[in-house]
Amino acid sequence: MDGFDFNSSEKADASELQRMIAIEQQKAQFQAQVHNFTEVCWDKCMDGGPSSKLDSRAEICLVNCVDRFIDTTLSITNRFTQMVQKGAH
Amino acid sequence: MDGFGSDFSSGAGSGKMDTGTIIEQVKVQIAVANAQELLQRMTDKCFKKCICKPGSTLDNSEQKCIAMCMDRYMDAWNTVSCAYNSRLKRERARI
Repeated sequence: MDGFDFNSSEKADASELQRMIAIEQQKAQFQAQVHNFTEVCWDKCMDGGPSSKLDSRAEICLVNCVDRFIDTTLSITNRFTQMVQKGAH
Repeated sequence: MDGFGSDFSSGAGSGKMDTGTIIEQVKVQIAVANAQELLQRMTDKCFKKCICKPGSTLDNSEQKCIAMCMDRYMDAWNTVSCAYNSRLKRERARI
């Protein structure tokens, strides 16, 4: 950042700003994931025409769907890691 | 939504913006992007659910279906958001 002369209070402001932006980015990442899960789990859990409210069966399905999707991701990551390690020798 | 659409170049005279203003702008931008994402995906799902054979207009039953579908989609989004948040808390508690 040539030509900028930061004094110590400006440096403190800049790092505080970075910290706060990082928090907002984390929140945005969370919401992006919710969008992805909702898209996938809608197809799995909401069959037929839309109803006048979310019934408990659909709600339970959605909650399970999120957990199972995460479990699937972890499962694939772990197994893939093992496959790569085996292939390494 | 105060500040939305207003001129965001406040502080241009001093050449600096305070941290609070910047963070508010960041939050607004993220909120707008989030709403756009929601609407795009909701439209996709509700079109698939409600419009079986596209006619020359949206008839009453299709409009009602779309309205209900929107409500259900937002309910689903909130349910998924809570479920994901709970899972993250559980995982953090294990570490």
